Amino acid sequence: MKIEVNTHSKNIIQWAKDHPEAVILSADLGTSCEVGEFHTEMPEKYFSLGIAEQNMVSWAAGLAREGYRPFLHTFGVFFYRRALDQMEMSVCYPNLPVTFIGFLPGIMTPGGVSHQSVNDVAVLRSIPNLAIIDIGDATEIEGCLKVVEEYNGPVYIRMLRKEVPRLFPANEPMKLNKARVLSEGNDIAIFSSSICTEEAMRATEVLKKKGLSIQHVHVSTLKPFTDPQIVESLKKVKYGAISMENHTVIGGLGESIANVISENGLGTKLKKIGLQDTYPHGASKMYLMKKYGLSATSLIEAVEEMVGRNYNISEEDLEQVRFVDYTAV
Amino acid sequence: MSKSTIAEIQQAATNIRKSILKLTIERNGCYLGQACSSAETLAALYMNILNIGESQGSMDALPFPGVPSADNMDYPNGALYHGPKDGDKDRLHVSPAHYASVVYCTLAETGRISKEAIDKFNVDGWNLEMIGAEHSPGFENTAGSLGQTISIAAGTAHARKLKGESGKVYAFLSDGELQEGQVWECLQAAAFYKLDNFVIYVDKNGNQVEGATKDVMDLEPLVKRVEAFGGIAVDIDGHNINAIIEASKTPHEGKVLVVICNTKSYQGIPLLEKRNPKLHFVRPKADEIDDFKAFYENM
Repeated sequence: MKIEVNTHSKNIIQWAKDHPEAVILSADLGTSCEVGEFHTEMPEKYFSLGIAEQNMVSWAAGLAREGYRPFLHTFGVFFYRRALDQMEMSVCYPNLPVTFIGFLPGIMTPGGVSHQSVNDVAVLRSIPNLAIIDIGDATEIEGCLKVVEEYNGPVYIRMLRKEVPRLFPANEPMKLNKARVLSEGNDIAIFSSSICTEEAMRATEVLKKKGLSIQHVHVSTLKPFTDPQIVESLKKVKYGAISMENHTVIGGLGESIANVISENGLGTKLKKIGLQDTYPHGASKMYLMKKYGLSATSLIEAVEEMVGRNYNISEEDLEQVRFVDYTAV
Repeated sequence: MSKSTIAEIQQAATNIRKSILKLTIERNGCYLGQACSSAETLAALYMNILNIGESQGSMDALPFPGVPSADNMDYPNGALYHGPKDGDKDRLHVSPAHYASVVYCTLAETGRISKEAIDKFNVDGWNLEMIGAEHSPGFENTAGSLGQTISIAAGTAHARKLKGESGKVYAFLSDGELQEGQVWECLQAAAFYKLDNFVIYVDKNGNQVEGATKDVMDLEPLVKRVEAFGGIAVDIDGHNINAIIEASKTPHEGKVLVVICNTKSYQGIPLLEKRNPKLHFVRPKADEIDDFKAFYENM
């Protein structure tokens, strides 16, 4: 598994070179949101709006109405908590092509609760016209701007920064509302998103060796949520399904899966891994993943409970898992 | 569009008040105080100050065209009533959406919508809602959540400046909404980006829902506040049409121009004065209705 660095930075610079209508708006966090290089390279397309997110969001609506394609950069919390009314009334109601690139989804920062977007999906999933993308790897970072362009409406992206693994082949870009099947199986279904997918891939590899048949699906589009792959995967499995998300279990991926189960009358048992209706605190990613049960180990425990077996898997077994080394194309 | 004379604008302002008074009587209440305070400002904008083309909107009221969505982006929108969006033409963004009836009646007075269309004001299923959105005639964006339209208009002005367009962007605001922090975020950014193609008219009628603005949350010293945030402020009598027009000609190179129109919510209809400052929404009492009707007949 190759670790890519500052993928968004390189990607959006190239995107803006090819798309003259693209402009960057920043609320004093551009350097923390991988558009510092952009600012140096194309200052004429970079607009600083200061620490004033509400004005930035409505201002972007004006730019979008005149044909520009604004890409707003700040931490996710400062969009969905600070400027929710502006997101709804200035941008989403008119269905304008404004992209909210929200950094630090879930537990991705030691910055603590003021900086951690732990309920953004729950809040934003209720907004008409808005699409929500939860980035899982470097290939998805490279592909998401094309998805945004094709969608041609408001999009919120839970973006990952700095060192991000490449879990998916670089020549298989993400598509809107299309989940990736990473493993086919019929005992148990695992639906994962964001940083949880790497953990789920690790757990799946080890569990498969123990003879369990796993349907593992990576979900990057959280709205719209109408991909038939979800219901097809649920119909296949014998024991039940587990969702795993870098977010509270209320209102996110897990509850979206639950909707699919109930609307299709499937009756599938569902276990939701994620923050259990709590705010986290500030610490390292690995520490928080363990503490709040977002790790491969937590997933294995959930699988064991669902299947009713103990697989005796150690931390060492998980660490020995090696992934394919996908490189950029 | 040819520019109207002061006498023509004054007559239009009176007619606007009269139209809203009629709605107030017939519908058992309307935003009459806002009509009284802003009639001259809106009439002067449409009839003299703004450089806008012929309306492209429907003269008739239309059934509600649906909310914007991927499948519904080409619906008849409110901006059509301000003519083509040519580079040399001006724009007008109205922020306080509860002034909608005043905007509709101003459009009717200026031949941009039929007078019969006003009969559909606030009628279920039609596009002339009491507080509408960007399908509402005369509204270039979805307003109503106060403090946002100034930023949308500023973003529009910024974009037009980047594109080198000569047309200006006007925003019409109420004074109560200046209590929103976003307004001041916007003014600091408008100064930062030197938006001298941006002009704001504020209807400073001194009233808001709970009473007098000075008692709810004082805005003074407003001129100094605007200047401190980098704008050019002009303080005028908002019922003096000549002053309203002349204010728009104030030089404001490199800066946003803010015209503060000092107005009264009972101007032109003195029988409202006893209600002042509680004039956010006027619903005639049973023992007042005859006085309202008599005043209307003599207007």
